[in-house]
Formats: sequence, C-alpha cells, structure tokens
Amino acid sequence: MESNKRGWTTQWAGIAVLALFALLPLVKTSDYQLTVANNVLLWAVFAMSFNMLFGVTGMLSFGQALYFGFGAYSVGLFAYYQGTWWFLPALFLGMAGSGILALLIGPLVLRLTGVYFTMLTLAFAQLGWGIVVKWYDFTNGDDGIQGIMPPAALSNKVVYYYFCLVLVSVSVWFLWRISRSPFGLMLRCIRQNPSRVRFLGRRVKRNQLRIYVISAVFTALAGGLMAGVDNSVHTGMWYWTTSGEVILMSILGGMGQFFGPFVGAAIMILIEDMVGARTEFWSMVIGIVMLTMVILLPKGVVGELVQLKERLFKRSSALGV
Amino acid sequence: MDPSFLVIQGISGLTMAMILFLVASGLTLLFGVVNVFNFAHGSFYMLGAYFAYTFVSILGFNFWVSLLLAGVAAGAFGMLMEMLFLRRIYGRAEEAGFQILLTYSFILIIDDLVKMVWGTEYKSLQRPDGFSGSVELLGMVLPSYNLAIIVLGLLVAVGSWLVLSRTRGGRIARATAIDREMLSTLGVNVPLTLSLTFGIATALGGVAGALAAPLRSVTPGAGIEVIIDSLIVVVLGGMGNFWGALLGSLIIGEVTAFAVAFVPDWASLFSFLVMIVVLIFKPEGLFSPAKVRRA
Repeated sequence: MESNKRGWTTQWAGIAVLALFALLPLVKTSDYQLTVANNVLLWAVFAMSFNMLFGVTGMLSFGQALYFGFGAYSVGLFAYYQGTWWFLPALFLGMAGSGILALLIGPLVLRLTGVYFTMLTLAFAQLGWGIVVKWYDFTNGDDGIQGIMPPAALSNKVVYYYFCLVLVSVSVWFLWRISRSPFGLMLRCIRQNPSRVRFLGRRVKRNQLRIYVISAVFTALAGGLMAGVDNSVHTGMWYWTTSGEVILMSILGGMGQFFGPFVGAAIMILIEDMVGARTEFWSMVIGIVMLTMVILLPKGVVGELVQLKERLFKRSSALGV
Repeated sequence: MDPSFLVIQGISGLTMAMILFLVASGLTLLFGVVNVFNFAHGSFYMLGAYFAYTFVSILGFNFWVSLLLAGVAAGAFGMLMEMLFLRRIYGRAEEAGFQILLTYSFILIIDDLVKMVWGTEYKSLQRPDGFSGSVELLGMVLPSYNLAIIVLGLLVAVGSWLVLSRTRGGRIARATAIDREMLSTLGVNVPLTLSLTFGIATALGGVAGALAAPLRSVTPGAGIEVIIDSLIVVVLGGMGNFWGALLGSLIIGEVTAFAVAFVPDWASLFSFLVMIVVLIFKPEGLFSPAKVRRA
C-alpha cells in the first residue's frame, strides 16, 4: 500500500513536525503553551503505540489505560516514597514493569478475538483502576499524588520539555522502524487475514503478543513522562475513558496512517483546551466531532488528505498535464 | 450466619440482576439481530431514568404510566439514533470498530445533553404508591418495591421470549439475524425491522433506568456505570444469547450483592474478576457452545 516514495514523504513530514516542536520554546509566549505542546507530544506517543495495535495489527484494545496508569504511577509512587532522585529510574522501571505485565496479561487476552478481546482488555484495565482507587494506604486512592518533581537537572520547564521531546522522537523513530520492518508487514498481514498468515507457517499469536508488549512499554513511557508534566498523577489515568481517548485520537487523525494518531492527538488536545476554556460541555463537542468523523471522514484527517492528494494527482495525469 | 440476612442480600442481588437483565437483554438483542455493539446502551438507561423523573415529579403522572412513557421516549430516541446515524455505517469495512466509536460518541453527547436539560445535581424519585414499605413473607420482612422489580423482570423475560419464539415479528427478527438478503427478497422491510429492533432494545434500557430510579439517585454518568456491568453480563452469557443474558445478570447481581455485604471496599472489582475467569476458561460465554470465537 505504501510506496517507498511515500515512506520518504512521511519520514520528512515527521522530522519537520518534530523540528517545529523543537523551535517552540523559542517563540512561546507563556509556560502554559509549553505544557500544552508537551501534552500533545506525550499523548501522541500513547496514541501511536496504541495504533500499532489497532490500525496496524487490527487489535482494538480498550485497556491501554492500564499501561499508561502503570507508567505514571510507578514514577509517582517512587518519587513520593523514595524521593525525587528516583524519577528517572522509576520511568524505566515503569516501562520494564509494564512490559512484564503485558507479557503476563497478553497471552490471556490474546486467546480471544473481536469484541471479546476488546472487552477482556477493558476488564483488566478496570481491575487495575479499581485496585488503585481502593488501595488507599498505598496509592492515595482518588486523591492521587501531588508534588512529583523531576530531578533537579530537569526541573526547568524548558529543559524538561526538551527531555520529553528527545524521548518522544526516539520512540516515534523506533515505532516507525517497526512499522516499516518485515515484522510490521507481518502485523499488517495479521490484520487482513490471520488464517492465511498461519497457513504460510507464521505464528499469529506470537507476533500479536510482541506488538502488545511493545505497545505497553511505550504507553508506560508516555504515562511516566506525563507525571512530570502535570507534577501529579491521578486515578483518571487508569480509567477506561483514557483508553477511549486514544482510540478517538487514532480515528480522528487516521488509523491507517503512521502519523495519523499524532495529528489526532494534537487536534484533540487543542479542542479540549479551547472548548474547555469556553464551555463546560466540551465532551459533547468531542462527541459531535467524532460522530462527524465516523460518518463522513472515516479515514481520519491525515488519511483523507492523502486520498485527496492522490485524487488530484491522478486527475492531472489523466489530463496529460 | 443469620439466614434472613442471606435472604435480604439475595433479594437485593436479584433486584440488581433484573435491572441488569433488562439492559443486557436489549444489548444482546441488538448484537444478535442488528449485529451492532451498542456502547451507548447505558445512556438510554440514564435517559429512561430522567424521563421517568420528569413525568412523575414535574408533570405529576402516575408512576407506572411514567414507566411506560419513559420506555417509549427512550425507544424513540434509540430509533432516531439508528435511522439517522448508525444505519450509515452498516456493511462498512471494519464495521465493529466504527460501531464502538459511533456509539461511544453518543455516550459523550447524551451525557452532556442530560446535563444541559436536567442540570448536574442529583435527582431522586419516590417509590410508587403501595410499594414504599415492606411485606412480610415466611416470617421475613422484605422491601416490596424490590419484589415488584423482580416479578416485573421475570415477566419481561418470559414475555420477550414468547414474542421472539412464538410471534411472526419475533420470527422475522430471528431471521434477520441469520440472512438479511434472503429476508428482503421475501418482501420483508429489513431496514424497518432493524430500526424497530433498535427501538425495542433501547426502550427496554429506558424502562430499566426508570425502574432503578427510586432505588439509586438519578445522575448524569449513571449510564456509564450500568453499561460496563451489562457488557460483562452479555459477554458472560455469550453475545446475542437471550437466556445467557439472564444467567449472566443473575451471576453478576448476586456476586455483587454478596461482595457488598462481605467485602464492601472491594465489591466493585468482583464483576471484573468473574468476567476474566469466565473468558479465560470459556471464551465463548457460558451459554453459546456452537460459535467459538477463538482464533
């Protein structure tokens, strides 16, 4: 589907966008803009690693909040109990722990397909949410944990932003490499026709498990970094609406496109930010936007743009221009 | 252990089971007949509760009449959703994902609509006349409204089963589940059948919300709580399986009721545990042996 040429345009577009994000601290007029941009970056990683499951492999997980919350809380809890020094080790411990958790839960949820898979992932995530809410002595329950500070070297907002940007760029690059690798091709085949993949002598479940674990690791990274942006973690990060939000971002931007979820995350955060400041009914606005997308633009913003470009291109060549 | 305590908990579990069953049977009907996974089903439950509140507390109607009207209103809303929006994505590639998204967007929209119309504060509804107290049965004091819900739930279960298995409409609905194309060549208006099924299913959800309103307070967000429980019920029973939904409701209702009694802090986790255990050992649900969805 994607030609080699398109691969290059996508790559350059990605580099250009990340470069724009790198320039932002120079032109910003307030710290708030920096926080919004940081939110976009981290949600983009979350949404893109989710889309490796959904858009690429065809696994609609409704439980990614589990790994997001896990990453965030491992940073939050370590910083809370052990002190600020633990911020960075906890970030990587959270990623490793999330991978192990995914390795344990993965084989169970992967026994099912379709809506059953979706529901079982939801159930596991809600179980995690329930434990965090109820285990008040350890997690502070619904009060969450406040005052999580990155270590001194990263305590400056701009420095922390660049720190996130570097990690986000590395993650995006890594996911891009996966997506373009033979493994990525295998995942696309699994989405389109799992029984044929099996017929060709390849293991469907094992590849699904691999991408499930990889997705969980990057989701935990996004969650852990988010703890440093907000300087707090809360149980809402584990709640199923968080899983719902990344699904929306993927669809909004275009689940068939590598950078679709990135664009979706940006649009969603900006809508929430703009509408949230003007009316309390922002979730209705999100709902209407989503409804319109599903009915009229199912390929998402990036997908429809790519299609538009192709159509224009075809027309001009048909005219012999 | 005091046996009457067990009975009271059992009754409260049965009450919850019947309300869940009303929601879940609509959900399972939609999955079986229309082949739609309606994530917004809980929102119709919530709408039913608000409509009932409006009819009883503001317009002063009789409770049982309001119950019926709330069902009709929720059903009309559901039919509108199907005819204006859902219908447009039938048959699209990767339809299941889009169904979940479309209905999820309705959760958000209906939630905020309710906040706009009725405000965010809790509403409460009186129990109907004659059912506010308790009755004595076999030497035990039982709340009469709960008993009424249980009886009503059983009536709806048997009634829906009779409609589905014994009437012409029920036969058409079951045929729609199997082969739509063949049915339309036989002169049946399939789109209308789908819309009507949607109306009936959402009406059941609305009635459930209205029935539950006097027991729980009516709040925005009530739909989200109930949808997750009823999804668990439907998955437990086997998607699209009517009696499976009843069995699933009974299990979840009773498990929750006794968990609330013995380990109140952790009660909300038990339904998820039940679902995880069942899905791991019997992924196709407790009641449907034929269609195994294991790949």
